[in-house]
Amino acid sequence: MPKIRYQGTHYDCTEHQSVLDVLLANQLAIPSSCRSGQCQTCLMQAISGKPPAAAQQGLKDTLKTQNYFLACSCIPQEDMEITLPDASDLRMKAIVKHIEKLSNEVVSICLQSDVPIAYRPGQFINLFRDENTARSYSLASLPDQDDCMQLHVRKVPGGRMTGWLHEEIACGTQVEISQAAGTCFYAPGNMEQPMLLIGTGTGLAPLYGIARDALSHGHKGEIRLFHGSMNRDGLYLHGALQALATEFANFRYFPCISNEAVNDPLITSGHVLDIAMQQHGNLSGWRVYLCGNPDMVKAARKKTFLGGAAMNDIYSDAFIPAQA
Amino acid sequence: MNQNLYHKLGGEAAVNAAVDIFYRKVLSDDRISEFFDDVDMESQAAKQKAFLTMAFGGPNNYNGMDMRRGHAHLVKRGLNDSHFDAVVENLAATLKELNVGGDLISEVAALCETTRNDVLGK
Ligand SMILES: Cc1cc2nc3c(=O)[nH]c(=O)nc-3n(C[C@H](O)[C@H](O)[C@H](O)COP(=O)(O)OP(=O)(O)OC[C@H]3O[C@@H](n4cnc5c(N)ncnc54)[C@H](O)[C@@H]3O)c2cc1C
Ligand code: HEM
Ligand code: FES
Repeated sequence: MPKIRYQGTHYDCTEHQSVLDVLLANQLAIPSSCRSGQCQTCLMQAISGKPPAAAQQGLKDTLKTQNYFLACSCIPQEDMEITLPDASDLRMKAIVKHIEKLSNEVVSICLQSDVPIAYRPGQFINLFRDENTARSYSLASLPDQDDCMQLHVRKVPGGRMTGWLHEEIACGTQVEISQAAGTCFYAPGNMEQPMLLIGTGTGLAPLYGIARDALSHGHKGEIRLFHGSMNRDGLYLHGALQALATEFANFRYFPCISNEAVNDPLITSGHVLDIAMQQHGNLSGWRVYLCGNPDMVKAARKKTFLGGAAMNDIYSDAFIPAQA
Repeated sequence: MNQNLYHKLGGEAAVNAAVDIFYRKVLSDDRISEFFDDVDMESQAAKQKAFLTMAFGGPNNYNGMDMRRGHAHLVKRGLNDSHFDAVVENLAATLKELNVGGDLISEVAALCETTRNDVLGK
């Protein structure tokens, strides 16, 4: 079995153990969250030894060529010497500029970084509370139109990061963030292609960014945004989305409530995925974006694919919670 | 590897054309969908490509032992001849949909047949 060397000490790997497993088992402090290769908070760098391809999936080419890899997805195939990335290379300082309550559970947080970061609406950044606590948040803003990076953060009961974000930070608080990552964003081109966007909860954050981005690029095809929530309060940005639908003839907004009586003709009762699929049985030729609850995203990937959308036209971000 | 068959089918472009159609059929086939359901779709799609490339006689690095090892967890879950036949059937239907001729489809099926014992761990 290969060995890994970290901070001058060798550690033995057992079969199927990831680098993250090995380091955590040895009580070393390494940031991590989803433990499934999605969030990139566990980014590390190999000084020697080649990270396997699976450990570099989803990384930018510039990071790949510098032998960065995801510790949670790295089952070493050979001896490796590894290090945590130099924080000053990959992390930036940002200031909280503005906090706004969007619903009882969701706040919008606007951040401004010292050095402007390049991002596409719908990508996510990792926000660090301290050296080892980082969580991913999607970008709802447009870099060329909005002054700040806007996040939508839903409060999770007992949540380590969201408790801090909802209760402790204020305008002027300084935070650390990563570069933007992820592939769930609008790529200009194929301007007539119809687009279906389905999100639950703060899955609206990336979708709101993607829809506005597509519209500001002059996308011509239909854009249909389905937003699902358990209750009326969760349908945040309701007014803004209705206004967007009035402004752009090719944009339509379908709010859905699954767990509460509905007495508003503009809101549909039921689960957002069922409702979207009822209206869009044939998705052949469509571009699809799916964000939010991981179970919803997984089911939706399958349903939209079976409905005819090409695998390459399905983009998604499952908001996988941090593992304990 | 059967360069000639792979070439006649259209090589990598044929694999790319077939992968979505084939995978959609497999996922909607109640006889076998359970084997493909709990695995991540994106990485599944990459594995489907590996499968199709191999079944089309294209370049691959798998030997019989790899096929045994790669499907052993499925054999434990009950993978048997009827599932194997269903996969080959879906593959044939995919090729038919892509207007591939009957003789080439038979060649693909025959090539799959050579892997049966390894895939089923016999
Ligand atoms: C790619 C990606 C993008 C994301 N984008 C966003 C975003 O734009 N907005 C946003 O609000 N969140 C987003 N998330 C989720 C976010 O990263 C955190 O997981 C979330 O904010 C909870 O963090 P926490 O530290 O407060 O909770 P933790 O301290 O990590 O969790 C506390 C407890 O709550 C449970 N828990 C965590 N999340 C949930 C949940 N959703 N439902 C039920 N139980 C839960 C945990 O299992 C744990 O028991 C995203 C996640 C990923 C992977
Ligand atoms: C016709 C002969 C078959 C061939 C040549 C074949 C070939 C392959 C190949 C090349 C892979 C990819 C391995 C990898 O890179 O990890 C694979 C994976 C897989 N095959 Fe097959 N296969 C065959 C039959 C079947 C059958 C009959 C089933 C089930 C009904 C099946 C289910 C799977 C599954 C689920 C995986 C993914 C396993 C995982 O993700 O761990 N295969 N197969
Ligand atoms: S990518 Fe490794 S913990 Fe999320």
